[in-house]
Amino acid sequence: MGPGSIIVRNLNVRFGEAHVLKDVSFMVGSGESFGLVGESGSGKSTVLRVLSGLNRNWEGVVEVDGMPLPQRPEKAFFRSVQMVFQDPFASLHPRMTIDAILAEPLAIHGLDQPDRRIERALAEVGLDGGFRFRFPHQLSGGQRQRVAIARALILEPRILLLDEPTSALDVSIQAEVLNLLQDLKLRLGLTMLLVSHNLAVVGHMCSRVAVMKLGRVVEEADIDSLRKQGGQDAYTQELIAASRRVALASA
Amino acid sequence: MTGQTPLVEVSNLRVRFHTPTRIVEAVRGLSFTLGREKLAIVGESGSGKSMTGRALLDLVPWPGEVLADAMRFKGQDLLGMSGEARRRLRGRHISMVMQDPKFSLNPVMTVGRQIAEAYQLHRKAGKSEARDRALAMLEDVLIREPARVFDLYPHEVSGGMGQRVMIAMMLIGEPDVLIADEPTSALDVTVQAQILDILEKLVTDRGMGLIFISHDLPLVSAFCDRVIVMYGGRVMESLPARELSKGQHAYTRGLLGCLPDLDRPVRRLATLQRDDSWLQGG
Amino acid sequence: MAGLYAYLTTETPASRRQARIGQAYRQWLALRKNPLALVGLIIVVALLLIAAFAPLIAPYDPLAQNLSQRLLPPSSKNWFGTDALGRDIFSRIIHGARITLAIVVLVVISVGPVGLLIGTVAGYFGGWVDTVLMRVTDVFLAFPRLVLALAFVAVLGPGIENAVIAIACTAWPPYARVARAETLVIRNADYIAAVRLQGAGHGRIILRHVVPMCLSSVIVRTTLDMAGIILTAAGLGFLGLGAQPPLPEWGAMIATGREFIFDQWWVAAFPGIAICLVALGFNLLGDGLRDVLDAH
Repeated sequence: MGPGSIIVRNLNVRFGEAHVLKDVSFMVGSGESFGLVGESGSGKSTVLRVLSGLNRNWEGVVEVDGMPLPQRPEKAFFRSVQMVFQDPFASLHPRMTIDAILAEPLAIHGLDQPDRRIERALAEVGLDGGFRFRFPHQLSGGQRQRVAIARALILEPRILLLDEPTSALDVSIQAEVLNLLQDLKLRLGLTMLLVSHNLAVVGHMCSRVAVMKLGRVVEEADIDSLRKQGGQDAYTQELIAASRRVALASA
Repeated sequence: MTGQTPLVEVSNLRVRFHTPTRIVEAVRGLSFTLGREKLAIVGESGSGKSMTGRALLDLVPWPGEVLADAMRFKGQDLLGMSGEARRRLRGRHISMVMQDPKFSLNPVMTVGRQIAEAYQLHRKAGKSEARDRALAMLEDVLIREPARVFDLYPHEVSGGMGQRVMIAMMLIGEPDVLIADEPTSALDVTVQAQILDILEKLVTDRGMGLIFISHDLPLVSAFCDRVIVMYGGRVMESLPARELSKGQHAYTRGLLGCLPDLDRPVRRLATLQRDDSWLQGG
Repeated sequence: MAGLYAYLTTETPASRRQARIGQAYRQWLALRKNPLALVGLIIVVALLLIAAFAPLIAPYDPLAQNLSQRLLPPSSKNWFGTDALGRDIFSRIIHGARITLAIVVLVVISVGPVGLLIGTVAGYFGGWVDTVLMRVTDVFLAFPRLVLALAFVAVLGPGIENAVIAIACTAWPPYARVARAETLVIRNADYIAAVRLQGAGHGRIILRHVVPMCLSSVIVRTTLDMAGIILTAAGLGFLGLGAQPPLPEWGAMIATGREFIFDQWWVAAFPGIAICLVALGFNLLGDGLRDVLDAH
């Protein structure tokens, strides 16, 4: 498959005795939004850490952006894949200004016109120039997550990995960040892989989803068919039921 | 309610923090009464919902200041009470369960001993009696092998199990009021349901009053009896939980509107338009 | 004035420099609230000023001997009295501030970076790198500081430069330990994972992202350690292995005063008070800085 796609075939990860990913396989097409749903310990975040090059201890076949993922990725690899972390309070360096945080990837890859790129990245995530020289502790959770998204996009990657990007945020802020991510995806033609425990969020953002439990993919399905026919697997059905139980008729 | 004195009465509660540059008002004029029921206080971060729970327990951190026209527990005036008397109320009569059991349990003591010790603190009881009570309490929170779990350390239990242990510990003094501050937000949805069932059963069986602090509107609508919606330290709206979806206030409607729903796909989520007028007036 | 205040406290700085200055100003405001830290700061600033303007402040030449004026008690002419060679003790203490300050500064600029680098490298890489570096650190840590310094000076010969080298060699291990402990936490933080994801190399991550996070605790540790460094230097001076006569080093001054301690107490007492004061000043400042820099 071509640029922007992800192929995972029989991915296994072991941490010592613990076998945390067991023969995980799925494919994400270029420009597609794909969801990984599961509860804590399902291994969904480990999949992201492998795809992003953070976890270098894996077996199987993985292709990212049309190229086989090496065990030790080169610098250029990181220009095609970027990630947004769950906790915006932990993912920004507390002693660097937003400006310095955004300048760092540009300096690492030697990109030209850093000022213009930083201004554009901030504008793209809906932050005005007044934020540029602030420190992270002067920003709210939603603003920090916007900075984290700007940092991920400033290298113009084709693939964006999202690790529970809104679960640390208030629901009203969640809506704003999810809308922003969808706008960016459409405008930039990004491939998105979204990891979440929240089926409703995945349902809103993605067209297809893989349900994970205890290190395995138990089901892969279209969101539409999950919505209409429910899941094949008992665990998927349980997740759908839990999601419906807390959904509230607000019409 | 049956006309008897309510468990908790709060009138015009204010919580303030004095910082060098300004005064931050976390709660601005909250009034409510609690009977033997499940009362939810919902809001987003910064709404003052957690500070309300802490103010009741006299646990507002320094440099916070708690003011109120009245704050009563079963008719006793809490404001005039000494710090020592407030401390004796805690645990024995009013308890609190926090969001994350990891930070609330002592890591170097087995969970069973912590529960037993909580019992001995409130009742003059011998060691073996406390142990029996602790085991019975673990059974009450639906732990299948209480004797085995009794001897585990906090790091050896899962998040859901830890939260049950916390609830057991908080309820062993048989309090009249339990304050639960986001008790299920750190848990997986499937575990969440079990914890709520346990709380439900305990409230009905023992006739406790429950103050359930949460950011999750659908959850409290399904679980609680009454809901107070807070924003910026003020009450926006107070209504029966079943009718939360018919809430009238723009903030309540806004919060509900921005939730994604599996069965109602929308292209874009509605966003909440905040209005400064919500923070003005009474 | 109002314009300057607004410039310093704005929530939306317009440049890199304004952001840094504003941050420093907020830390200064926090430090100002702590009266003990202010006392410490005043003592340290006073030490700096005294050292800078010693020749202007001191009424006499610190080295000028006058045997007819031996061991005079404090008076309006000689505020702190005179020593066994008739030198004015006040003038000697004023000039001694320079030596003390020189020792402290030299030790700190050599110890801080070494400890920081070894600690962060060990903590960041872990594994065998950590084992090797930390065992070396342990070896240095195992010796009492003064004993090791004594051994170094014995080999290198007495003198102020060698005293500095000796103190530096014995002072870095605690810094490495502090930096390593911090790094062990920092290296697992999401913001470090984020720069790794941007393709940053190890050197860049350590120098630009890990070190700034360790810096505040190392600065605090340094100020708290200053007292110990001054005392070690004074101890070496006292034993005759540090600054050599006739240099007015405070420790050496106490050493020469000990023969007369019962009859002419001032000879040993005033340099002793100077050491105490300066050590106290650095300690108080360090305590205050800890509250300001670590609070987040």
